[in-house]
Amino acid sequence: MAVEIRLPTLLRPHADGAPSVTAEGDTVGAVFSDLTERFPGLSGQLVDAGGALHKFVNVYLNDDDIRYLDALDTKVDEGDVVSILPAVAGG
Amino acid sequence: MSGFALPLLRLTASQYQRVVGHCYHGLPDEACGLLVGPVAGGEATGAVSGVYPARNADASSRTYTVDGKDFLRASREAEARGHEIVGVWHSHTHTDAYPSPTDVRQAVDPMWVYVIVSLRDEAPTLRAFRIRDGAIAECQVVLEAG
Repeated sequence: MAVEIRLPTLLRPHADGAPSVTAEGDTVGAVFSDLTERFPGLSGQLVDAGGALHKFVNVYLNDDDIRYLDALDTKVDEGDVVSILPAVAGG
Repeated sequence: MSGFALPLLRLTASQYQRVVGHCYHGLPDEACGLLVGPVAGGEATGAVSGVYPARNADASSRTYTVDGKDFLRASREAEARGHEIVGVWHSHTHTDAYPSPTDVRQAVDPMWVYVIVSLRDEAPTLRAFRIRDGAIAECQVVLEAG
């Protein structure tokens, strides 16, 4: 299952500068594993040490926040778009 | 005070009004939004092609979190223009227009411009900063017609 992954500017240097890349997998987690295997610099940027989605990123499958779906276990279909966005906050 | 180049942030009068208006509209909570513009050589140029008000997911007078869906929408519109998200703005309802320790700690992208609007006084104060490796440097802001 090939999906497009859109990267924020901050993470692109870890993926040869590309704004988007294609990765394989049946779930968002599997797609991220494929992605970090090819681009090790992204390792630790997406998933925390406990294996959960990192709190500093938001991930959307097409128009939906995966935290409100099945998080990293969310199923993906061919042609889906996974958008990785930074969590922007302050005080 | 810093070794990094600072863009000159150029806002049109209507962009300025939209940013400041959204900040007042958000009271008593902090308000926030995103700046879209061109990037050259991996750096924001200071030009702004669009300002995108966002919901403050914290609904707080002390903190803000840009609503993720609003970020997604702004990033898609940026992409359609061939531009990028180049900054974020938020209001300080009772303090200076200067990055708080929380703002510095949580600064996302060293390429971005961080705009802060203080509503503490009768007239709003808008200032812009780069935050890189914990260092704060102020960017000049120029208001243009339009």
